[in-house]
Amino acid sequence: MIENQRHPYPPSSLWLDVWRQVRRNRLAVLGLAILGALVLIAVAAPWIAPCDPYEMNLSAALQPPGTPGQPGTPGHVLGTDELGRDNLSRLIYGSRISLQVGLIVVSIAGLIGVTLGTVSGYYGGVIDDGIMRLVDVVLAFPFLVLAIAVVAVVGPSLTHMMIVLGGVSWASYARLVRGVVLGLREEDYVLAARVLGASDWRIIRRHIWPNCLGVVIVQATFGVANGILAASGLSFLGLGAQPPEAEWGAMLSAAKPYLRQRPLMSIAPGVAIMVTVLAINLVGDALRDALDPRLRS
Amino acid sequence: MPHYILRRLLFLPPLLLGVSVLTFALIHLAPGDPLSTQFGLNPRGMELETVERLRAQLGLNDPLPVQYFRYLGSLLRGDMGRSLATRTPVSQEIMARFPATLQLAIATQALVLLVAIPLGVLSAVAVSPHSPAPPVPRRRWARLVDALCSAAALLGVSMPSFWFGIMLMLLFAQNLGWLPSTGRGDGTLVGALKALVLPAVTLGAGLMGLVARVTRSQLLEVLSQDHVRTAHAKGLAPRWVLVRHGVRNALIPVVTILGMQAASLLGGAVIVETVFAWPGIGRLAVNAIWRRDYPVIMGTVLVFSVLFVLMNLGVDILYTLIDPRIRYD
Repeated sequence: MIENQRHPYPPSSLWLDVWRQVRRNRLAVLGLAILGALVLIAVAAPWIAPCDPYEMNLSAALQPPGTPGQPGTPGHVLGTDELGRDNLSRLIYGSRISLQVGLIVVSIAGLIGVTLGTVSGYYGGVIDDGIMRLVDVVLAFPFLVLAIAVVAVVGPSLTHMMIVLGGVSWASYARLVRGVVLGLREEDYVLAARVLGASDWRIIRRHIWPNCLGVVIVQATFGVANGILAASGLSFLGLGAQPPEAEWGAMLSAAKPYLRQRPLMSIAPGVAIMVTVLAINLVGDALRDALDPRLRS
Repeated sequence: MPHYILRRLLFLPPLLLGVSVLTFALIHLAPGDPLSTQFGLNPRGMELETVERLRAQLGLNDPLPVQYFRYLGSLLRGDMGRSLATRTPVSQEIMARFPATLQLAIATQALVLLVAIPLGVLSAVAVSPHSPAPPVPRRRWARLVDALCSAAALLGVSMPSFWFGIMLMLLFAQNLGWLPSTGRGDGTLVGALKALVLPAVTLGAGLMGLVARVTRSQLLEVLSQDHVRTAHAKGLAPRWVLVRHGVRNALIPVVTILGMQAASLLGGAVIVETVFAWPGIGRLAVNAIWRRDYPVIMGTVLVFSVLFVLMNLGVDILYTLIDPRIRYD
């Protein structure tokens, strides 16, 4: 009977295949585990944080790590900051902001980039030339510097920063997607769909985009990592998250005057940023190996 | 070659024109006009007539294109306006900070060239089956270097540079006391060099990891090619095979990376200068942002754009020096 025979080829799909490859990569599994834990921490922040991250207590400012709290209140494992807020709680809440910022920046950049890349590759001609020259300029120019100036002028805030960061980082998506679309446009199944009378929009939706998914996902993974790094840098300069926001870059900036007194205040947020970005990069490396056809032998 | 450089320099004016439109637009995006940024949004004690007279004097009532061309005209004369905070001309402020930024940039490039490339070569030679076999013990520690390079490259792209700088400061300035944590030293040559170490390492760390990794993988590929075997076969000294046939060919992608990273290096300089209180253009820009000193912000953006174009020109010229097959004429 067929059911009793071992099938010569185990059932497979692209995503099953990707999962098998990623699972074999020990560093990627580590990255996934860390990332999962971070998401859990971010979601469960109100329940696991020992204190309110925004509750100030000036009489208990800059307490050393491991200070026991007042009777009836939890202690401060990582001490308190210059306004007496619990450092550990702020660190926990910071994961929410960083993950959100990374995802939103990538969503903005991906939306602009994928749209322009698809149009450019699918329609070609003058549109393609125009969009690609724009991409060249955006990729070549030090737009982070310009972004800093823009945020400074329109007024520093988390929202402005996310929009500006997304607005300057879409170009690599456009270039990648265009390259893939150029090849897909010539495929027989696209021709077949067209012969059957499918509209451009339907062809793009059903035949083009699903095949771009791989490159976009890989690029987006690194985009989240870079977005978190850039956002923490801008917040450190005072251009992103504003006080009293519990954001890791802003916490580092606030901790700097107390480097001698309370080094842990400077160490902890940086470790948090590094671990987050490292975990995402590890997953991204593995996804690239599994999804990028150019690297397949 | 001179033709090529000239042609590239001809691209500079249109680019600057574009940037000047952007900076001009930015000034007008800012809340209030230059008058209100100078005297406050609500100039108290100032007659409405005085305000109107000043606006007319400064040409703020003219149509925007007219204002733009006036702005462009003064830019062409090297006049970027005066700092709202200190009343000194912006061009003077920038010139005063320029040497410090240049110094930092040169030190960082030197680190990349003198440390990262040799490290990459070392780790490639250590693991390549095609390299002239070095004695076994050297191989063993070179493998360690190889592993360290990979780890450093991964950490380099995952670490916020400003935090790495703070950590270096904590270790080498505060706990060990070997190096100064801020400023440009005590005026002596040794003092100046010591003051450069931490900012340059901070700025260059990520790039060093990347360059070492690319050098390694490129050299590994080049060493396995036929022309290298031919060079060995004709009896060329192994050292020269490595340098003239191996490293020279492996460096082309490295130079590309250096060019591509120029933008992030400039952005990084803004942050690193802030961390180390390094009196360069980046710090000038950040201070101007905090003070809402618009003329200075726009001036620094312009200068950064010019620097960036010149850096890329330098990279393209480097190509022709490394690889004579690349010609632009």
